[in-house]
Amino acid sequence: MTTPLETSSQVTSEDPLRIGSFVLESRLIVGSGRYQDVQVMSESLELSGSDCVTVAVRRERLHDRDGENLLDHIDPERFVLLPNTAGCYSAEDAVRVARLGREILRSLGNAGADWVKLEVLGDTRTLLPDPVATLEATELLVNDGFQVLCYTSDDPVMAQRLKQAGAVAVMPAGSPIGSGQGILNPNNIRICLEYLKQDDPDYPVIVDAGVGTASDVAFAMELGVDGVLLNTAIAHARDPLAMAMAMRKAVEAGRLAFLAGRIPRRLYATASSPEDGVIATHPFPRKGK
Amino acid sequence: MNIVVNGNSIDVPRACNIVQLLEQLDLDGRHVAVELNRAILPHEDHASRLLEDNDSLEIVTFVGGG
Repeated sequence: MTTPLETSSQVTSEDPLRIGSFVLESRLIVGSGRYQDVQVMSESLELSGSDCVTVAVRRERLHDRDGENLLDHIDPERFVLLPNTAGCYSAEDAVRVARLGREILRSLGNAGADWVKLEVLGDTRTLLPDPVATLEATELLVNDGFQVLCYTSDDPVMAQRLKQAGAVAVMPAGSPIGSGQGILNPNNIRICLEYLKQDDPDYPVIVDAGVGTASDVAFAMELGVDGVLLNTAIAHARDPLAMAMAMRKAVEAGRLAFLAGRIPRRLYATASSPEDGVIATHPFPRKGK
Repeated sequence: MNIVVNGNSIDVPRACNIVQLLEQLDLDGRHVAVELNRAILPHEDHASRLLEDNDSLEIVTFVGGG
């Protein structure tokens, strides 16, 4: 029998997140965007405990460059880079950007050269995914040898379609990107988990986008998702370093609570202290006595 | 001769290869991916591919993102 101490050490240090051919120590994946400066970013990434960082692919600026590159501030020995296709509104653009990202990873000698966080957007105000284009891009990228981690809405039917198309992970949004609204429809996330993990319990489902604070992350993990991907919740917190630490603990707490198994919700109270031997007058006749 | 890089027209010497172009632009070759006339040009081909007049290139790198 394992002691609680052994159980917790397994969860915090030997409960890796497996996605395709990747094994991540932390169940938190963090973005590198929207930080006030690279120093705060780099310290926040470190404090988050994550070992996987998402990056975007953009044109090099030919003028007014400060001579610095993001890659000067993210240690490739410490973090696996996960390129995204953010900002793409068509399958064609997403595939093009994914290939460019793969080429940079190859040049860096990064083991993760063939994975991508696919994001094909359908609307500029909500940044919600275009489901048709997302499915099309998933098929194209899988055929091109990519391991696709797919950003999607929390629609369980769409989630199944993406898995069937060969995505190595499905990543439903808790709420719109950067909105900080948390997990708006936990029931849809529950159904996604049930559908995607049926007969395939290790298939990774990751909440990507929408979390605002640590409790959102813990709540998502308690639902049974395998990990959480977030960016703005740390980058735009009043104190990003403190929030990075909070997120690290929230992922661990939520994961532990999920594995531990919550008690059922009951309408009425059940006393934690024994009822026998109380030195007090009982105002009501006890049940069954 | 003239080529187009990231939408900007640029003057480069004849017989210039991609490695030399990146040097001229002060870019670190390890941190970028190059697309030449809409096809990715792998890093191992940067030294051998000579630019031609009116070539169109996209040179991209990683920036912060979620």
